[in-house]
Amino acid sequence: MRFMLLQNYGAVESDCAPMTEWSPADIKAHIEFQHALNAELAQRGELVDAQGLAGPELAKFVVWDGSGVPVVTDGPFPEAKELLAGYRLVDVETTERAIEIAAQASAAPGPRGLAIRQPIEVRQVLSAPDPEL
Amino acid sequence: MSNTESTESLLRELAPQVLGALVRRYGDFADCEDAVQEALIAAATDWPGGGQPDHPLGWLIRVASRRLANLHRGDIARRRREELAASWSRSPAEPGHAEPEAASGRDDTLIIILMCCHPSLTPASAIPLTLRAVGGLTTREIAAAFLVQEPTMAQRISRAKATVKASGEPFALPPPDQLSERLRSVLHVLYLLFNEGYITSSGPDLARSDLSGEAIRLARIMRASVPQDPEVTGLLALMLLTDARRSARSGPAGELIPLAEQDRARWDAGLIAEGVDLISGVLGSGHAGEYQLQAAIAAIHDQATSHGATDWPQILALYRLLETMTANPMVALNRAVATAMVNGPRAGLALLDGLGARLGDHHRLHSVRAHLLEQAGDVKAAADEFRAAAARTGNLRERHYLATQAARLTAEPRRAARP
Repeated sequence: MRFMLLQNYGAVESDCAPMTEWSPADIKAHIEFQHALNAELAQRGELVDAQGLAGPELAKFVVWDGSGVPVVTDGPFPEAKELLAGYRLVDVETTERAIEIAAQASAAPGPRGLAIRQPIEVRQVLSAPDPEL
Repeated sequence: MSNTESTESLLRELAPQVLGALVRRYGDFADCEDAVQEALIAAATDWPGGGQPDHPLGWLIRVASRRLANLHRGDIARRRREELAASWSRSPAEPGHAEPEAASGRDDTLIIILMCCHPSLTPASAIPLTLRAVGGLTTREIAAAFLVQEPTMAQRISRAKATVKASGEPFALPPPDQLSERLRSVLHVLYLLFNEGYITSSGPDLARSDLSGEAIRLARIMRASVPQDPEVTGLLALMLLTDARRSARSGPAGELIPLAEQDRARWDAGLIAEGVDLISGVLGSGHAGEYQLQAAIAAIHDQATSHGATDWPQILALYRLLETMTANPMVALNRAVATAMVNGPRAGLALLDGLGARLGDHHRLHSVRAHLLEQAGDVKAAADEFRAAAARTGNLRERHYLATQAARLTAEPRRAARP
């Protein structure tokens, strides 16, 4: 089963400050945690892909009505907190395992090594129908 | 070297020669390239276990020719066969072009590189085509390096071949008066390929740094083909002098370490010596092009014992010269950095003010301004600029580095400018 574990720019349960206000050592620990988690998932054969997305400042919204010129809106956006910040795509045996990984990701360390407690959205990726259907 | 490795490196060396021989014989570049790819895969499977044939080049040409014949057999290939027949009847030698049959394997390799980096192709198309037709990489390997699915990459390569075919170029060296301009396209593609591997932003690092190695290998082939062109030598020197710093460029967790803070003992002395030797050999031999100037700048950095001990006035002079040749605003940005090192941070900041119109909201403008503001002692403004840069970069490692700089200045505001 494949799951997308999504995280956005929204508020985190620990109410911690944005990363640029942490101490450099805390930033380093956070990044090392992410690397270690990815390495662990890759080693277990569960990691399909993990990507961080460029910030809301570089985001664009595009709407086209099918004729004329598409409407392109540049950031920053007032609703930036709802934008996706990054994701992990994992291939696991069970939903429980996906939840376990999401819980690990949510416990990533922030200021003074305390868990950020960022909410992780766990979404199953739809698969192709079974061949006999 | 294992059997598999030695087979692989031999195949990659022979790939463009097999393709050259096939195109000379049968004419159709696109189909011949497919056939060669199949022959290479067959050889990679058979040779390590079953033993290498006595005449590897002849074996590959024979097998590829057979594959090409299969490709043209059957109803589906009827249209292709007609096109092929038409291409046979066309005289390959246009006036002013080199006589095809007299050309050597080395010329064939050069002709194929020129075709793969044809000016009608975008670099995004030219790079994978070059990697396959000249580099002998499989579509699967190229797709992995660029983090796309194999069928996507296969499509990109076929479209590129169709574009080259539509350009109607004969399989021959371009006339001498056009060669230099065509070489510029090749050098640009190889330069971008090198950077793909060097400024790795995501994905499996090993596959990405292999791209830099491949760019260096191709630049060496180019230099052997056109030793008289100093820009080819300049590009090869630039690649070696940049690659020399690779292992010092990131920390244990992959974090970015800027030039000023790198452990210079970790730079590759062998690559530096080769690069310096190459660039010294061509500089002063007449008109110095962009790659030579960039290589000269890299050579000065690589030979300096520390960031402070770098010959900044010389670097500034080279950037001034470079700026007269290119409209690239990044060159102007680097000149501002060099100016700050020679005449102080305020002089550098004054130059940045004029760059906003050309660079817009680019993260690199913010990050250079941040560094110079910090040197000037304006810590708060520097932190703001680091934050702005971190929010705008498209590179994860760069974002981590910039966020850490902002944090350093915010968390310890009383610690003033670094020495």
